[in-house]
Order: sequence, then structure tokens, then C-alpha cells
Amino acid sequence: MTTAIEVRIPTILRPYTKEQKVVAASGEKLSAVIADLDVQYPGLGERLLENGALRRFINIYVNDEDVRFLGGLEAPVKNGDSITILPAVAGG
Amino acid sequence: MTLKISRAHADALLAQSRAEYPDEACGVILGPVGKDSALRLKPMINAAHSPTFYEFDPKDLLALYREIDDNDEEIVVIYHSHTETEAYPSRTDIAYAGEPGAHYVLVSTREEIAPATEFRSYRIIDGVVTEEEVSISE
Repeated sequence: MTTAIEVRIPTILRPYTKEQKVVAASGEKLSAVIADLDVQYPGLGERLLENGALRRFINIYVNDEDVRFLGGLEAPVKNGDSITILPAVAGG
Repeated sequence: MTLKISRAHADALLAQSRAEYPDEACGVILGPVGKDSALRLKPMINAAHSPTFYEFDPKDLLALYREIDDNDEEIVVIYHSHTETEAYPSRTDIAYAGEPGAHYVLVSTREEIAPATEFRSYRIIDGVVTEEEVSISE
């Protein structure tokens, strides 16, 4: 298994990753990386996706670019990329 | 828990809230990791530009987290204003609260209380809101 993509996990999701701040995952697009994360850390996928789409108030970046501008779940990723997950800071 | 905040920061975020009225104002106060010490005020742009909603721009959000990582800082306070309602977390505030370690500060700029200022602080963890005392140092 290749574990060449670094994924930075926000505090609120670290209970899923045994409090690890950075984990490794693999996949050729974001959807595959999320699927891999969910296999390694069950339940994490559901915190990122809702009805098969990215959650509105979770921000995911590939190498500092918001994935909304990279094709969303179809965003291509490759070995050496860094993915950052951040919950939106938002409210009413 | 008690939020400890300086008079200068409290005044600055109230001034920002009034200046950005009728939109909600928002920002953070940062401090060294693990110290629960609110030292550095950083106003943020409300990308929603709305009187009923606030959201940090996703690009600003990433830049903020990169900056605090580089500085060994953490977000001690996340603040925003309510323009026409009391300074208590709304349902959306509770639903989207994503920093279990932060003090969530709310100020209200609604007119009938604005001269007296309403300034309150909460922990919001797993959907549970706990108000805490605010200690303002001169």
C-alpha cells in the first residue's frame, strides 16, 4: 500500500485518528483518499461527506488550493501532495 | 472556565462590531499553544457579508491556520457579533462550532443594548453550550 499523501486532521476530527494531527492516505482523486481514510479511521468519511457530496461547512484543500476549485471529490491527487481539512468558522 | 481578555481587545472587537454593522463582524484572538492566553487580536472578513450569518473566507481560514502553525499559536477566542439578537449562540453557531478548545465570544450590537454592550463567552462542544465568566483586565 502506498501512503504517500499527507492529510492534516483538525482538532475536532482527531478523536477518529487516535489524536494524530497528520495521517497518511492514498488515492488518485479526493474521493478515493476519503474512502481510504474511512477504511483506516471508520466514521471519518461521514464527517466529510453528506449524501455522497462534500459537506458545505468542511473545507478541504489540496496543496493550499480549495478543492471546490479543483473539481471537488474529483480533484486529482498524487504522491507527495498534502491535503488539509478544516472545519469552516461560521455561524449565524 | 473563565475567559480572560484585556480591555483593549474587548473594546476593539466591540468597535469592529459597530463599524461593520449591519453585517455581523468576526475574528479571532490568538495565543501560544496550550496557554489559554488571548494575546493577539486578528479581525477576519465576514465573507458572507450578512446581518444574520458569518463565515471566514476559506482562503483566509487556511492562511490563518498556516500562520498559527508557523508561530506555535492556537485559536484561543473565536468571536462574532449578533446584530439584532442577544449575544447567545444561535442554532447555526452551535451546529458549525468546530473548535472544541476555543472560547466562543458573542457580542450584540442591537440598538437597545448597544450602549451597555452585551459581551458573553461560551464553550461549544458536541452541541452543548456552556456559558462561562468573562474577566476583563484593565
